[in-house]
Amino acid sequence: MRNPLADKVVDIKPSGIRKFFDIVSEMPDAISLGVGEPDFDTPWHIRDEGIYSLEKGKTFYTSNAGLKELRQEICNYMMRKQNIAYDPLKEVLITVGGSEAIDVGLRAMINPGDEVLIPQPCYVSYEPCAILAGAVPVTIDLKAENEFRLTAKELEEAITEKTKVLILAFPNNPTGAIMEKKDLEAIAEVIIKHDIIVMSDEIYAELTYKGEHVSIASLPGMKERTILINGFSKAYAMTGWRLGYACGPANIIQQMTKIHQFAIMCAPTTSQYAAVEALKNGDEDIAEMRTAYNQRRRFLLNAFREMGLECFEPYGAFYVFPCIKEFGMTSDEFATRFLEEEKVAAVPGTAFGDCGEGYLRISYAYSLERLKTAMERMKRFVEKLRAEQK
Amino acid sequence: MREELLAVIEKNSRIDLKELAVILGVEEVDVVNELAALEAEGVICGYHTLINWEKTSNEKVSALIEVRVTPQRGQGFDAIAERIYKYPEVRSVYLMSGGYDLMIIIEGKSLREVSSFVSDKLSTLDTVLSTATHFILKKYKDHGTAFSQKKQDEREMITP
Repeated sequence: MRNPLADKVVDIKPSGIRKFFDIVSEMPDAISLGVGEPDFDTPWHIRDEGIYSLEKGKTFYTSNAGLKELRQEICNYMMRKQNIAYDPLKEVLITVGGSEAIDVGLRAMINPGDEVLIPQPCYVSYEPCAILAGAVPVTIDLKAENEFRLTAKELEEAITEKTKVLILAFPNNPTGAIMEKKDLEAIAEVIIKHDIIVMSDEIYAELTYKGEHVSIASLPGMKERTILINGFSKAYAMTGWRLGYACGPANIIQQMTKIHQFAIMCAPTTSQYAAVEALKNGDEDIAEMRTAYNQRRRFLLNAFREMGLECFEPYGAFYVFPCIKEFGMTSDEFATRFLEEEKVAAVPGTAFGDCGEGYLRISYAYSLERLKTAMERMKRFVEKLRAEQK
Repeated sequence: MREELLAVIEKNSRIDLKELAVILGVEEVDVVNELAALEAEGVICGYHTLINWEKTSNEKVSALIEVRVTPQRGQGFDAIAERIYKYPEVRSVYLMSGGYDLMIIIEGKSLREVSSFVSDKLSTLDTVLSTATHFILKKYKDHGTAFSQKKQDEREMITP
């Protein structure tokens, strides 16, 4: 029988997070700090609106681009939070999670051989999606001394004649890094000079603990060259609802909508009705969850400080990225031993790119009680490793 | 810091001061001073424990009592409210809008004890016009906390 598979797909490496999860699921008493989704339930008034929409019989497809009311609410939100004016009819597409927007967006923009710049460490989907879209992924290794922010110099050095798209993901998974306005202004200059398009994944925008999140699309000359991706999973704890969106120039959104309509038809209707409620009345829920995350973030940073573990202060998302280089082992070895000996699962930094070597991603989408137990175990583990080194 | 501090200890008054300082991102001494100020100002009125007595062998009966009273000249409802809340079996007293004036939550050892409080003590007060007693059959949620079993972490392993 002939080979039924596409080489392009077979060649893509499986995700590095998977391996750990497989071990954890076999270990019932293990504490996982690996999950990348909020531990909160979706706020009740949002769920209620979803249920109500079902009661009213809203069980049909919506238009391909999504409910007009929801697109309007997204535009209101963008105006309110970022002072960016989007046209709900031409510049917004509702997708199945932010993930679909990444996939569809790249497919709409890439011609074979185009280069896509991917600053790493980063979320694991960008590279495979770029490859599947026919692009050549070019990674930029971000550095701890820059707090894992992208600098204009690093960007400039990675650009070639073939560079078409830069993927920018701040607040960042896995590092928790953010890009402030001054950081964005510095790279915007380079982006405009080289006529590059930015795919800005701002799914963690609401989880920013230092000032307000600034979107690169809000800078002068950037709206027309930015696909802004966001969604409801992280801000409103709505992961299972699978709802995200892309805002951007009409010509790109139009082509993205074409792929979306042929591949997906439309995002789930119930989720779209719930999302309208989230945007209208969800600001307080976000504030409450952000406060809780921020408390856990401070708790973890303090715990690392007490252990004498190096960690830059991350101001976004719900991850911390401590450095474990002092122990003279790879991230993978550290994480494996940590899991086997203390039954705590954290994801090795290398799952998010080679430059994540020497780091660990720890998620704080867990209760303080759970984090406290995990940090007690981590302290014991770190002390044991230090004793072994002597 | 004040509001966030209150929000944290309203949910967990047993949290230790050091941890409180860490999660709020302030110094421990600031937390101590702020707590002292809040107590002095009467913002913090106590540190209580939420107990589901139904799970103990301790029998308790609670009731809500709607009370209509005649307000007194110059004192409004305050004097009669004070007269009522001084009884130790009275847990809470609220002045209400609507069809009656005071709502009282009372706790006793038995049905008879609660009944005799209403008939002997409460109803006989001069300013009390009428009472309506509603016994509590089961508590599902109190002080923002549901009494049912704690939820498991339902998040499944997923990549990415």
